[in-house]
Amino acid sequence: MILSLKNIFTEIGETALFAKKFFKEVFIPPYETKEFLKQCYIIGYKSLPLVAITGFIMGLVLTLQSRPTLVKFGAESWLPGMVALSLIREIAPVITALICAGKISSGIGAELGSMKVTEQIDAMEVSAVNPYNYLVVTRVLACTLMVPILVFFADAIGIIGGYVGINIHGDVNFYRFLTQIIQSLEFLDLFPATIKTFFFGFVIGMIGCYKGFTASNGTESVGQAANSAVVTASLSIFIIDMVAVQITDLFF
Amino acid sequence: MTKEKLHKEPKTKEKDLTPIIEIKDLHKTFGKDNAVLKGVNLTLNKGEDLVVLGRSGSGKSVTIKCIVGLIEPDQGEIKVFNENVLNISKSELNEIRVRVGFLFQSGALYDSMSVRENLAFTLTKHKRDLSADEIEKEVMEALENVGLAEAVDKMPSELSGGMRKRIGLARTLILKPEIILYDEPTTGLDTITSREISELILDIKHKQKTSSIIITHDMACAKLTADRIIVLKEGVIHAEGTYEELEKDEDEWVRSFFE
Repeated sequence: MILSLKNIFTEIGETALFAKKFFKEVFIPPYETKEFLKQCYIIGYKSLPLVAITGFIMGLVLTLQSRPTLVKFGAESWLPGMVALSLIREIAPVITALICAGKISSGIGAELGSMKVTEQIDAMEVSAVNPYNYLVVTRVLACTLMVPILVFFADAIGIIGGYVGINIHGDVNFYRFLTQIIQSLEFLDLFPATIKTFFFGFVIGMIGCYKGFTASNGTESVGQAANSAVVTASLSIFIIDMVAVQITDLFF
Repeated sequence: MTKEKLHKEPKTKEKDLTPIIEIKDLHKTFGKDNAVLKGVNLTLNKGEDLVVLGRSGSGKSVTIKCIVGLIEPDQGEIKVFNENVLNISKSELNEIRVRVGFLFQSGALYDSMSVRENLAFTLTKHKRDLSADEIEKEVMEALENVGLAEAVDKMPSELSGGMRKRIGLARTLILKPEIILYDEPTTGLDTITSREISELILDIKHKQKTSSIIITHDMACAKLTADRIIVLKEGVIHAEGTYEELEKDEDEWVRSFFE
């Protein structure tokens, strides 16, 4: 038990040291712009279909599940606002981040893990190319910037899903639906939710890179790196979300 | 220069004894008690091909990985081009790394890149002012040196073991290093391909005037390439000499490598 706790704290410490290096390396040239854009394409663009499908289903299901309760209280007209608020403040950021943890963090963990065990990272190092700068900085930056964009996208698609959900049982004009949503939203609903998505993106990229970079003991560790990247990133998302909600509650 | 001529020539006509790598009292322990290196002393002279023999786990690969800073030793001194690589900054170490090529056992080609991209990658990182035409010219020249110009558009997964080693060597050569460290260059290859790789090592030495440390278990490779051989045993240098000298060594354990 004590040994297991010690291992957990050692792992947290080592991840923090690995992450600390990012803030030093990110400002040091050469800037790997080409690799960064490639990663933005892989992480952002290639995740769009998955995020779109889950976003749409989230909006649709949330509307269908909430409707009966609101009807009971005669508050059906609040449905667009409630769905939009739930999506934007909590559901879309967390679910999108979890999907990204499963798709992106594990992908990075497996890719870098396999590069590590086949000595490709060492080959980069001995040819005087900084592998941290080329592999980690680019991926973490791309994740940090792309996850918030994916969340915005999930918000929008989720709202469309909600519109479809409302129209299954009634007939609501899209313009009116949108007006109701805009009226029910405030700046403070958007701001903290957006800020936390940058942290989600950073953690997803960083944990994937850390697990890949520290893979050892042959090909078995590649699978372990991918697996533990998903588990750790998912858990970290919930912890960050909890802290973010507490801070929001305290200040706003 | 034909390969046949290369083999018949004396390996070093005039020995230049200028040391370019000097290792003194190198120690490395992994974990609490797995001492791999227990005081290795080694010198590589300019223009020399030094072969390192030893049983698996005797610390051969660890020694050359210490030279390029992949593994940090616990104790000792490593001088490359008269610079102690253990006491220099990262940027100074990188300057030395450009001058010291390293061929990994597996070739360590970047899986996600084609052969062309593998070779151009290192080049573009160090010579950022090169035009696309100049990069292409250098890539093709390096590939021609290893006799694999036709593989330029292939992916690493499409290459055989021998081809991967050759491309790995071409990638190492593209920066025109003065020293090349070979980590078991012929392991896992058939006899014919092993001989081709050994001949290539010799060919590169003559064409590019490189000095090399070659770690191998392949005695045919050692015979063909070695100017001098050292034998590592339990983390220290156990024997040293030419192939012919060690073949007749008094120590039966040393002789067993040559049987």
